[in-house]
Amino acid sequence: MAVGDDLLVAENVRCAVGGRWLFDGLSLTLVPGGLVEVRGANGSGKSTLLRCLVGLHEPDSGTVRRNVDGLYVGHRSGICGRMTPVENLRWTVGVARAGTPTRSIEAALVRVGLGDVGDDLCDALSAGQQRRVALARLLVCPAPVWILDEPLTALDDAGRGFMCELMDQHRSSGGAAVCATHEDLPAGPGQPAAAVVRLGR
Amino acid sequence: MRLFLAQFRRELLIALRSGTDAASPLVFFVLATVLLGLGAGGALGLGVIWVLALFANVLAVEGVFRRDHDDGTLEQLLIHARPLFPTIVGKLCAHWMLSGVPVAMLSPGAAWMLTGATAGAGILVLTLTMGTLALTLLGAIGAALTVATGRGGLLVAILVLPFYVPVLIFGANASTAAMQGAPTAFPILALAALLAGCLTAAPFAVGKALAISQEY
Repeated sequence: MAVGDDLLVAENVRCAVGGRWLFDGLSLTLVPGGLVEVRGANGSGKSTLLRCLVGLHEPDSGTVRRNVDGLYVGHRSGICGRMTPVENLRWTVGVARAGTPTRSIEAALVRVGLGDVGDDLCDALSAGQQRRVALARLLVCPAPVWILDEPLTALDDAGRGFMCELMDQHRSSGGAAVCATHEDLPAGPGQPAAAVVRLGR
Repeated sequence: MRLFLAQFRRELLIALRSGTDAASPLVFFVLATVLLGLGAGGALGLGVIWVLALFANVLAVEGVFRRDHDDGTLEQLLIHARPLFPTIVGKLCAHWMLSGVPVAMLSPGAAWMLTGATAGAGILVLTLTMGTLALTLLGAIGAALTVATGRGGLLVAILVLPFYVPVLIFGANASTAAMQGAPTAFPILALAALLAGCLTAAPFAVGKALAISQEY
């Protein structure tokens, strides 16, 4: 079966949506410290692949083995607009509890640059700020695998900067990630380059 | 239990902040009762209250998962909440506290308005309290099945109303019997049995339906 260290293994995954093949015979393996970038045009199945990997979507054939906990940040932020960032993250910790929080919710919000809006309703925040709240989940609920659907969307330059820093820290501490992205996620010094999975023809 | 409480608190908080959204089924119940009371007061039976409570419940439960689906918290719940059962029960209980319980509490007033009598009010409140919880649990299955289609409304009503019928029959039967001073033990026990069945089975069905709704 699985090689002991593999965090996430997908073998021969095939998916069709609405009668249209998106990908077939796709395999990928995520090892500690690894980063897999999923690339492809709009509509080529990047999000569907990620949803297969987290278990929201059942592939038509093939297997996905999740050997450890994973955190998913998708297109829909998973942030309720009628709650504040602090309340949202508290709920995340309450239901997800993927390990004990390594840092407090307040510290995580400061880290993503939202220290001063922690008690505003998320409805009142901008798209980029809401995305930052969603990414703060990665800090309060540490999990070895991150599955991120276009994490850089709506982020400003500073946001992109800290996202890359977070990714470096995550990978150097033995974590791994799968990212659907249209842009390069620059790997930090000493990090192995990202493996790239291309979808579409 | 921790999951139940976390979800229960969250739902109450959101509902309180949503204000009028959360109260609209209750407003429907009150308005319909008042209008029926004015139009046909004194000539109606307690069954009418049950029918109104049932419609108010469909109105309320139809969108119970919509917001969560739209903002992605449903995805998070399905991925991370292990087990899913207590969070679903927590969510639906909070929903019932805000839609079913107030209807049950207002029902003696509605009974007085429609029938001119208040005999058996205690049984009416008791059976409606149990009945609305069972209805919420059943209705949530329909709401979960239709959440991703973006077309709740009438579709949910058509899906779940047939399953509401047993609750309606035993509930209305118990309330009417109590008003006439007849024995009520059997319909109340039957209603309690229905509720027990819903409490144990419906959350699993809701969880499965929600998982299916996330597939394309």
